[in-house]
Formats: sequence, C-alpha cells, structure tokens
Amino acid sequence: MNIDSIQNGVVLDHIQAGKSMDIYQYLHLDQLDCSVAIIKNVRSGRMGKKDIIKIDSPMEVDLDVLGYIDANITVNIIRDGVRVDKKHVELPKRLVNIIRCKNPRCITMSEPQLDAIFLLSDPARHTYRCAYCDTAMDKKF
Amino acid sequence: MPRNLIDITDLSTQEIDQLIATAEDIIDNPVKYQSVCAHKQLATLFFEPSTRTRLSFESAMLALGGSVLGFSSASSSSTAKGETVGDTIHTVSCYADIIAMRHPKEGAPFAAAQVTEVPIINAGDGGHNHPTQTLTDLLTIHREKGSLGGFTIGFCGDLKFGRTVHSLVSALSRYENIHYVLISPLELKLPRYVKEEAFKKRGIPYTQTTDLESVIPQLDILYMTRVQRERFFNEEDYLRLKDSYILTPEKLVNAKPDLSILHPLPRVNEIAVAVDKDPRAAYWKQVKNGKYIRMALIMKLLGITV
Repeated sequence: MNIDSIQNGVVLDHIQAGKSMDIYQYLHLDQLDCSVAIIKNVRSGRMGKKDIIKIDSPMEVDLDVLGYIDANITVNIIRDGVRVDKKHVELPKRLVNIIRCKNPRCITMSEPQLDAIFLLSDPARHTYRCAYCDTAMDKKF
Repeated sequence: MPRNLIDITDLSTQEIDQLIATAEDIIDNPVKYQSVCAHKQLATLFFEPSTRTRLSFESAMLALGGSVLGFSSASSSSTAKGETVGDTIHTVSCYADIIAMRHPKEGAPFAAAQVTEVPIINAGDGGHNHPTQTLTDLLTIHREKGSLGGFTIGFCGDLKFGRTVHSLVSALSRYENIHYVLISPLELKLPRYVKEEAFKKRGIPYTQTTDLESVIPQLDILYMTRVQRERFFNEEDYLRLKDSYILTPEKLVNAKPDLSILHPLPRVNEIAVAVDKDPRAAYWKQVKNGKYIRMALIMKLLGITV
C-alpha cells in the first residue's frame, strides 16, 4: 500500500494501533481542507503495529491533547519534503478544555462556559483531577 | 501568603501556625485589633444559607473595625436571574476589598478566583471544602491540646460527604504523630482519594470502624459530624443513616477525662443536649474560635499587620 509523502505538513507517528480515529476527532482534523491520511496497522519493529496520520498542510498540533491520549506519539514536522523537527510528547500537567468533569455537583456542570481545567495528580496511573472539585478522571485511553 | 483561601492546602503549616498565633493574640488583646480594618469592606456572598459561618465572618470583620455587605441566599441575588458566578464576582469586586463566599456547587470559589484580583475566601463549596472551618478546628485543637500533634483523633458520622472532615484530615496529615480513627457507617466512609492523599502517600496509619463505643476510650479528640440531608440524592438513604451515631453521656463513661469533643455544627441529634454540660464538650468554644481565626485570616489576606 502506497501513501504519498507530504511536502509541507505534519506526520503523527507511533500512534497505538487502532487509536488514530480518536486522535482525528480530538484534533478536529475533520475541519481541515487539506489531505489527511489515516494509516492503520502499519508494521512496526518497536510496537508490532501502529497507526500513522499524515496531514498535508502546516498546522499547530495541540501537544497536550496528544500527550493526554498517548505520550508515545511522535510529531514530525515536514518542510519541502524533509523532516525539520521531531517532537516527543509527554503527559501534560494541565489539561484545558480537553475533557469535562462528570461530577454533577461541580460548578462546571451548571456553568459550562467555564474552562474545564484538570491537573495531573498521579502520573503513574495517568489520573487527572478537576481543578474545581477534585473529582478524579482516569485517562480514557 | 496566598491571595486566596480556596483549599486548606493553599496554606503551609507555617502560615497556619502564624494564623493561630495571631488568633490567640486577638483573644488575649482584642482592643489592639479593633480598628485595623477601618474603611475596609468584606462582602459575604452566601449562595447557600448558613447561620454560623456568615455571622462569624461578619462579626470578625466588624470586630476589626471594617464593614460588611452581601447577601444570604441565592434567591436574593442576581443568581436567581441566571447570572454566572463569574459575573457576580466581577460586580462585587467593584465594591469590596475581600470576599467570603459559600456556594452549593463544588469549585465555585475556584471559578470566582479566576476572574478577580480581590481576595476570595471559600466559606464552603458544596460537599467539597470548608477551609475556614478547618482553621477553626485547628485553633480549637491547639487551644485544647496545646499543639497540633501527639494525639489520637476520632472522626465520627458522615465522613463521605462531610467536607469539614476532608479538609481537617488533609490539614492534620501535615503534622506529626497523630493517630486517626475513622468511625462511620460503611456507606459513609471517608472517600478513597482523601485517604490516598492524606494517609497513604505519607505512610500515615489509620483505623476504620463502624463502632464508636469500642474506640472511644482511645481518643483524645472526638470530631462528631452531622449526616447532612442536603448531600443525599435519595431521601431513603438519608433516613436510614441519619441516626447512626448519637453521642450521649452514657457513651462517654469510658472516654478519657481530658477528651475534647468537637463538632462543626449545626447539630441535629448526633450529640445529645445533655452532653453540652460535660466539660469535655468543646464545640461552643469552637464556634467562638471561628470568629478569631477568621479575624486573623482577613487581616492576613488584606496584608494588614499589627
């Protein structure tokens, strides 16, 4: 299977196999006009198999979102057909408007215009707590 | 010193010790403090009714020579018209030098603190936090026992929804040599996240039981709580659990002679009125201490020193 190389854009590599559609949605890639290739179950020496997303347009990728979804993802920046930067993401200490609190007593439930802020409380378990009410949210992925 | 007091852990133990020292000086020398907040205004914004906490804040500010404004229920504020917490706080910030707010929704004071430079004091947010009650409890324990360590404290009643318990456990876990006994029905046990943060991460031992009478002889402090109707979604659960623990003079027979009985109040029936005459009952002194520690806190957040 051949997917063309991109000239200027972003390649998200080392995505856990099967998770590329989640990333597509969280990064709102459906709103882009450019070509976006989602490549699933690519053979990988390190991971067995993996997913890759190629975005054929320069864009700022929300590294916090990627770090929250999967801290193993690498972000490759492509300019004139050449990789000019490779970024490793990490579990973000703070999430803003990525997930929402599910505690019915939390102020963010009754006032949804408030920023949904979560703070990393347990990196080993990937647990985040709502900055408003302390309700724990285990990492979804 | 932080600008706001949203959670008791916003304060270091050194800052808590300073507040307690100031409160004790206020108790000993009230005249020295009677005009230190002249021309300063405290807004008490109570989106949920309260007698003790609101009057305690107002009394504290008046005793410092300041003045107070505010409302005592959401129905008498623009919240009834659909105004957000943020907009109410924006508005009140134009009139007041410091704000004490109580709100039924958890995290409302944190939301408030995002939109203003005026110091915000959390006077209770739903079942979440009540840091000034914790300061009150700490001052009372300090005055009763002479220090904030070296004792066995029992928490009894609703430990699940009891925000005063969560905050006090969190605050005390930073002090040394305290043994904790958690007494509650199985359905109202202290939440796991509170135990993890306060005890497990610090390697602090604790005991859990459903039987008050079997543990009462060990206790130096007994912190009683009310089972709060307003925290239950289900009335049946409330009715089943509300009378789980009722402290009577008979149950105190085997308690230590220097036990201190604390309660954040209001009580319903969990402490029999007959216990009020027992010299070990410290809960009315606790109410008075609440005013003094709030005086110390208001001064600190306004940057006033004497």
